[in-house]
Amino acid sequence: MAIPLDLVVGLSAILFGIGVVGALVRRNIVVIMMSIELMLNAVNLAFVAFSRMHGSNEGHVFVLMVITVAAAEVAVGLGIVISLFRNRDTVNVDDVSLLKW
Amino acid sequence: MTNVEAQTSDLLRLIPLFPLAGAVVHGVMIGLLRRSLPRSGVVAVSCGAVILSFLTSVAAVSELLSIPAGSRVLVDELFTWIGAGRFASEAALLLDPLSAVMILVVTGVGSLIHVYSIGYMDDDHRDDKGFQRFFCYLNLFTFSMLMLVLGDNLLVLFLGWEGVGLCSYLLIGFWYGDRWNAYCGSKAFIVNRIGDFGFLVGIFLLFSALADAGHATVAFREIEGAIGAIADRTVAMPFGGEWKLLTLVGLCFFVGAAGKSAQIPLYVWLPDAMAGPTPVSALIHAATMVTAGVYMVCRMNFLYAEAPGASAVIAWTGAITAFVAATIAIAQTDIKKVLAYSTVSQLGYMFLAAGCGGYSAAIFHLGTHAFFKALLFLGSGAVILAMHHEQDTDKMGGLRRYLPRTHAVFGIGVLAIAGFPLMSGFFSKDEVLLSVFTAHEIPGHLFLYGIGVVTAVLTAFYMFRVHFRTFWGECRVPLEARSHIHEPASTVLVPLYVLAFLSIFAGILSPPQLWGDLAGITESNSLHHFLAPVLSHAAEHHIEHSTEWILVALAVSAFLMGGGLAWWMYEINPGIPVRIRESVAGLHRAVVNKYWVDEFYDAVIVRPLVVVSDRVLFRGVDAAGIDGIANGAGAMVRAFAGRFLKYAQTGLAQSYLFFMIAGTLAMLGWMLRP
Repeated sequence: MAIPLDLVVGLSAILFGIGVVGALVRRNIVVIMMSIELMLNAVNLAFVAFSRMHGSNEGHVFVLMVITVAAAEVAVGLGIVISLFRNRDTVNVDDVSLLKW
Repeated sequence: MTNVEAQTSDLLRLIPLFPLAGAVVHGVMIGLLRRSLPRSGVVAVSCGAVILSFLTSVAAVSELLSIPAGSRVLVDELFTWIGAGRFASEAALLLDPLSAVMILVVTGVGSLIHVYSIGYMDDDHRDDKGFQRFFCYLNLFTFSMLMLVLGDNLLVLFLGWEGVGLCSYLLIGFWYGDRWNAYCGSKAFIVNRIGDFGFLVGIFLLFSALADAGHATVAFREIEGAIGAIADRTVAMPFGGEWKLLTLVGLCFFVGAAGKSAQIPLYVWLPDAMAGPTPVSALIHAATMVTAGVYMVCRMNFLYAEAPGASAVIAWTGAITAFVAATIAIAQTDIKKVLAYSTVSQLGYMFLAAGCGGYSAAIFHLGTHAFFKALLFLGSGAVILAMHHEQDTDKMGGLRRYLPRTHAVFGIGVLAIAGFPLMSGFFSKDEVLLSVFTAHEIPGHLFLYGIGVVTAVLTAFYMFRVHFRTFWGECRVPLEARSHIHEPASTVLVPLYVLAFLSIFAGILSPPQLWGDLAGITESNSLHHFLAPVLSHAAEHHIEHSTEWILVALAVSAFLMGGGLAWWMYEINPGIPVRIRESVAGLHRAVVNKYWVDEFYDAVIVRPLVVVSDRVLFRGVDAAGIDGIANGAGAMVRAFAGRFLKYAQTGLAQSYLFFMIAGTLAMLGWMLRP
């Protein structure tokens, strides 16, 4: 039994929206990064859905690509967070705003 | 000549290839490997290249001679240089009688001067790498000159034309450690560029007219065939009136020729070009490069046949240049300056002949002049070597006791240029004057003839003057320096002997028919008949032998008068020149200062140009205008962004993210608008 495309894309949009809001309103860097993961996976879901609709494999290839890059991004991001916490004793984004006028 | 089927010959490409290879070898050594060959290696490469080129030229010319006289054309097509639509220009070489004479002169005299340079430059210890650099330029020059005379079309000719100009610049400023030499090189280059601009405009005009008439070509033989199609065209001049197009083209070409061949008003660079080493003066500024303009006018004779106005201008300019330069030469004391003005004067003779339709006379004089003027320059170089780079004849005198051989060969050169009967200069000058005398179509041709004869008197006078002041009379060299004066090495002397031989006998090969009839030879004027197929547009004039004998007598008396006057003034009564100088002090000052032409150009052209460039173009347009706009734009951006836009830079990552998402949504909304 096939799930209708509308539902899948709608789920993807909802997940993406949650991710955007989370990235904008939360102050904890770790949570912001989790929100970014959420957005990425929403996109992955859309890729898979459209790929299935077209009956081609290209969307799957993109998904694998995105997962790889996301893993690398998280590794670098968490490294920065740890380094930041050791030096400034905080993970609050509002406290790291040195690069301004 | 146009409808002749050309034969091809692969030999031609070798002629310029040898000197080019020599120049490339030297260039790679100096420029890339940064080390110089030993001097013997440099000599072997350079002189070997030019001598090989000479031998190849001889072989190619003998191949040319084996073809029946009417159809002597050899062509060597290398590759298509420019192909654009219907227009194609080949990089092709052309050997016909005219270029045959030129390549023999260029490679023959060039070989002698290369050999001479070994001895001359060996004396120069200022710069060890300079030795190789010198021969590199000399080879490059020979290559360019050969491309110039062998070119089958105007583009290849122009390539060589610019190449020789470049080499002239490099060699005049060869000892660039002295700022004056560098200045002289720049002057020669810039004055030549003025002429080249005229030449280029001429090429463009001619090409656009030909293309308009359906003959898009720059090849000489094709232009010759198509020239009739545009012969009747006229152009409206900006100052009113209609000119014949070909007259305008001919004048533009002559502007180029006047620059390269140092004619009024562009002659000012040649005397200053004497700043270069003496072999350079002999090769480039006497025998070969400065004759390129004469060659070009002769090459385009079919054009000038349709442009009588341009021919008249050439004849008059040549005559005036010949006379003015000769008067300046009278009062110069620098031995090379005398020879430089003499060269300008003799080039004037060639243009006088070419303008009067005597193209074969011009080429004849070109060839003999190459021999005797190269001899005179190289002889003066031998004197300069012996005097340890002293060029002022005021500090010489009586040198024949120390330099008997140099004295003898220099004397032969003086006799040849002055027109001693039966020597080369005598015959060629006669040919020139005869062609002027019979040129009825040139306005005032008898007056031009008169100028020619007077110039012949002046020529004999100043040449004997410089000879007497250098080699005869009392010795004005300081006593302690006299023991250092010695004859130069054999590499210097042997080329002098060969050139002296040629200066005496080159004329015998092609005496005017007048002399041929005496000896019972038909067609004795061999050069004229050899060149006739190329110069078929030259006007033929016949003249009674009795009249011709009178002209010969006039020429001989001109020689006797000039020479005798010099003898009387500088040998019999050495006090006379001083008294004359004092009695016409104003005139003397004008002549010594070369009529202040350089100062005039400086005041009228150079200084206003510098002032306008500095005050208006540099400080006004460039510094204030263009720099002002660029710097002002930067300042305005800084003022606006620094005051207002900087607040967007909050340092909060989430505010950036917010603007990014807002922007994306705005773009999406705009793209998805109903």
